[in-house]
Amino acid sequence: MKALLDDKPGKQMMLLGNEAIVRGALEAGIGHGSTYPGTPSSEIGNTLENIAKDYGMYFEYSANEKVAMEVAAAAAASGVRSMAWMKHVGVNVAADALMTLMYCGVRAGMVIVAAGDPSVHSSQNEQDNRYYSVLGSIPMLEPTSPHEAKEMVKYAFDLSEELELPVMVRTTTRVNHARGIVTFGDIKEPAPKGHFEKDPGRFVAVPQNARKNHPRLLKQFGKAKPISQGSRFTEEFEVDDPELHVIGSGAGFNYIYELREIYGLPISILKLGMTNPFPEEKVGEFIKGADRLLVVEELEPFLEDKVLSLAKKYNPSLEVYGKHTGHFSRLFEYDPDVVRKAVSKLIDVPAGGEPLDADEYELPSRPPSLCPGCPHRATYYAVKKALGKTEAVFSSDIGCYTLGVQDPLNTADFLLCMGGSVGAAGGFSKNTDQQVFAFLGDSTFFHSGLPALVSGVYNQHDFVYVVMDNRTTAMTGHQPHPGTGRTGMGDPAPMLSIEDLARGAGVEFVETVNPYEIEKTIDVFKRAIEHPGISVVVTKYPCVLLEKKKLSNPPYHVDQGKCKKCYLCVNQLGCIALVKEGDDVDIDTTLCIGCSHCAQVCPFDAIEPGVEE
Amino acid sequence: MNLEIVGVGGQGILLASKVLGGAALDKGLDVWMSEVHGMAQRGGVVVTTVKIGEKVYSPLIGHGDADVILGFEPVETYRAIKKASKDTWIVTNTAPIVPFTVSSGKQGYPKLDDIFESIQNVSDKFVMIDAKELAEQAGAAIAQNIVMLGALTATGALPLTKEDMQDSIRNNVPERFVEVNLRAFELGFKNARSQM
Repeated sequence: MKALLDDKPGKQMMLLGNEAIVRGALEAGIGHGSTYPGTPSSEIGNTLENIAKDYGMYFEYSANEKVAMEVAAAAAASGVRSMAWMKHVGVNVAADALMTLMYCGVRAGMVIVAAGDPSVHSSQNEQDNRYYSVLGSIPMLEPTSPHEAKEMVKYAFDLSEELELPVMVRTTTRVNHARGIVTFGDIKEPAPKGHFEKDPGRFVAVPQNARKNHPRLLKQFGKAKPISQGSRFTEEFEVDDPELHVIGSGAGFNYIYELREIYGLPISILKLGMTNPFPEEKVGEFIKGADRLLVVEELEPFLEDKVLSLAKKYNPSLEVYGKHTGHFSRLFEYDPDVVRKAVSKLIDVPAGGEPLDADEYELPSRPPSLCPGCPHRATYYAVKKALGKTEAVFSSDIGCYTLGVQDPLNTADFLLCMGGSVGAAGGFSKNTDQQVFAFLGDSTFFHSGLPALVSGVYNQHDFVYVVMDNRTTAMTGHQPHPGTGRTGMGDPAPMLSIEDLARGAGVEFVETVNPYEIEKTIDVFKRAIEHPGISVVVTKYPCVLLEKKKLSNPPYHVDQGKCKKCYLCVNQLGCIALVKEGDDVDIDTTLCIGCSHCAQVCPFDAIEPGVEE
Repeated sequence: MNLEIVGVGGQGILLASKVLGGAALDKGLDVWMSEVHGMAQRGGVVVTTVKIGEKVYSPLIGHGDADVILGFEPVETYRAIKKASKDTWIVTNTAPIVPFTVSSGKQGYPKLDDIFESIQNVSDKFVMIDAKELAEQAGAAIAQNIVMLGALTATGALPLTKEDMQDSIRNNVPERFVEVNLRAFELGFKNARSQM
């Protein structure tokens, strides 16, 4: 994506929302970027990884979102424009730093991109992060498209500097992962290194300073109010004699605007781009002459509640429709159907295309699953073999290995959040007599699995702590982490050893094994189960998506003459390359990568390397 | 022009949509697409929306409002059928990818002939492409996505010419794969045309 560095104002490119966000930062002269990857924000980092050096800025993958927030805060306090970005739940991790950072404020512009995931496409919840803006008095912008995301990020740096406060750009999946035409502006030189001018009264948040900083925050945030009233991202689309007034923001706005434009509906729309502070007078003027108002926003009634309270002052007889009236749901993302249905309850909307009335079939579900040849599958198989008939609680974590929740593996019983497997495993071990496993990945280990390990050793928890080390941050697109020996800038880095860190934390049982050596792996797990206290097992094998390029193993095939139709391979591995055709088991050679796992577990040696002769 | 591309993670849908979007951008048209990244890419259902026109307002398509359903896998084509009306071109790859819920015997995969017949019963604009076979003929099984783009272009539903699409393939596909992809495109185009 070197084309993002082109200094060609007016140039148009098809960009992913996340690439547009990067371009916006480059046009603002960013000097520092930091993140921990998470869908739907990950491609911001993936893009910067390739261009940060050429542009001349500093970029890092921090161990977790809190660290990403803190390093960016220090950059901005030192006069370097900085950006920290993360998925919505990543803000939970960073919130401790963020809430107090708002008290201290910044010197150079600092932008926080908080990427939400309505409909939970690739997350553990769909929390509405707009409430963080209220909790922290954080000025907030909500883009509707990739181009607007670029413009807002660029502007957010200026706004942040003007207010001396971090500014949040809150996106959602349909902005981050939408691709649209983006028009380039001027590119700016990256911010050079700064100098931290000491001011302990402001930057040291001891109670006496916090008491002074809180009013400072309120004062600075107050300055954002007139800015929000006149924001250039607020747009009004008026008609004469509207039958309905609409207030919309974010991705939800797109669908109501589309409906209005396609059918020429008599709707006046106020699109809000800066939603914190809430532009009261602007909205007040808009609702003054309205009879009926529909609020279009995904997830929580964030704007709707504000409009309701505002209506008491500006227009007490206004009828406000939205989530409280059942026109919209607080659940999931919107789409053209959802918005059409809500609007149709209030005004006449011409019918759209009539969906085909085709026969109903029970179509098979296609949940995501571990890739063919994924080493996690081999680890899970070995754990279950080691346990035999012993019941165990599998405390899981955030990553590809969460897919162990699927049949036939069933190796995820409890999952909350990043690093959560470890604390929960300790809780199960102290409060039940069940055997307990924690499964987490290498990147997750560094993210938040490490402090929980320390806590577990100290409190003498008793479980098997399995680090499924595939040498990368796989699920989000193979970002490096402290164990990979490479930085976000592409430079060599110290390769931190998970084993050494575990030993340093006082764990006595630390073993590393290649999960494809199945018998050996089963044996390690058997001993780990027997060992009292926390036993750490690192199952180490690179992510097959990375290895595939290097591997040239031939695919395997089933010798139907030897196969006794026991279906052990199909029933215990759940590999999508193993296909049941009638009574036979076949191997899909376009999917099989020759990992040998099924051949090793077949009791009749019926699975052989190479394509069938 | 509302296009819904459906299939399974790993089938090259993102590249196909990039080729399309690139062609539209070069033609001075507005484009808005919606993609799937993250967990769903691991062998799950992938739905990509491509909207092209003088002005496009949103990245998603309502029920009955697709102009084309481009299905890279038969069951996924059928899953998207509610997006189609009788005016919609439905172009499907006939080569199935069986999900593990089926290969493990837990769920059934419908008979292909049944679902194809069901589509034929309600649509006159149905095109079936054996993209796997045609891609192999072109010289690379991986080029199934471009075979499908050829078939899509043949419907005439796009505001883009065959030449626009061929140029975009040249611009968006790594140079050493251009020739094989152009062959794949041509085979898909011809095969679809022969069915019209």
